[in-house]
Amino acid sequence: MTYLHLFLAFLQIGAFSFGGGYAAMPLIQEQVVTKHAWLSQAGFADLVTIAEMTPGPIAINAATFVGNQVAGIPGAVVATIGFILPSCIFVTILAWLYQRYRKLALMQGVLKSLRPAVVAMIFAAGLGILITTLFLNGTISFVFGNFQYRALILFLAALVCLRGLKWNPILVMAGCGVAELIAQLALK
Amino acid sequence: MNRAKKLFRIFISTLYLSAFTFGGGYVIVTLLKQKFVDELHWIDDEEMLDMVAIAQSSPGPIAVNGAIVVGYKLAGVPGILAGVLGAVIPPFIILTAISFFYETFKDLFAVQALLKGMKSGVSAVIMSVVWDMGSGIVKSKDWVNIAVMIAAFVVNYFLKVNVIFIILAVAVIGILRTFLQEKRKGGEKA
Repeated sequence: MTYLHLFLAFLQIGAFSFGGGYAAMPLIQEQVVTKHAWLSQAGFADLVTIAEMTPGPIAINAATFVGNQVAGIPGAVVATIGFILPSCIFVTILAWLYQRYRKLALMQGVLKSLRPAVVAMIFAAGLGILITTLFLNGTISFVFGNFQYRALILFLAALVCLRGLKWNPILVMAGCGVAELIAQLALK
Repeated sequence: MNRAKKLFRIFISTLYLSAFTFGGGYVIVTLLKQKFVDELHWIDDEEMLDMVAIAQSSPGPIAVNGAIVVGYKLAGVPGILAGVLGAVIPPFIILTAISFFYETFKDLFAVQALLKGMKSGVSAVIMSVVWDMGSGIVKSKDWVNIAVMIAAFVVNYFLKVNVIFIILAVAVIGILRTFLQEKRKGGEKA
């Protein structure tokens, strides 16, 4: 049953993630954290972090990681196949339609209308990750020990490096990791 | 070139691209073009643009969709398999290894500290992407799109409405708008 659940969960993620890699993030969160509880919100934040630091699309990384955690390598295979299947079907149909009619206007019109919703949902998922990063217990409360002021400083510094100094995102993320490690070693 | 050799070439190309591209699908589209248009001359420029449009219009990662559409064009269904396999194998192996190490090492001090710091960086990267995409929509002054963006956020974040329902609802709005625009265009012509 676990295999079937993994397959169906990632099939849905694959079928509805329109608009590039980040678009899959809210769908992964919904299936993996909210619906099936295969990962906690903190575990999901770890997953996104790992996926961002490694090559390959975030959803393939997620399918492999979650499949492995839930049911070992066969689980990872099943989840990945589930995720890929809608793409294969959709792309082939579109390529075929395109060869016949040479027009993708309706599809592109729909896609353009989807973009604002996709941005909004990526923002919602990103906000979830930011909150688990800034607050130890995952809820917004400024009780002593819960609010991670160093995480906020790193977050703001990373924003400046990304937007102001135009640093490479991988470099920024790795830099944040190393900075936190050094800070913890220094405070020990 | 014989068929087996061609399939192998597709496989190796997508494998290579997938293993060495960090940071999203748009990079891979450029690399696919370099490989199959500029280097191998298997696809011409204009056709490649259309293929990118197809890859972007389909659900799923652009890297995988690009591999599918290129594989299909060059060698039919076996080409799809060769392309997809190549695109999937590198992240699959890397994440399987990491998944193993994650379970074993996630409680280590250094690993925890690195992950914790990187999460701040990842949050910043995501927010920066949202800023770029969102400001494009606000600047377009398309009030329907701006309203959809705000409504989708409220409904998703505060009311916890299922992401798939939101996508389906917005897709219906998109279909209606596209039809209305086509009709208006048609009316102008007549």
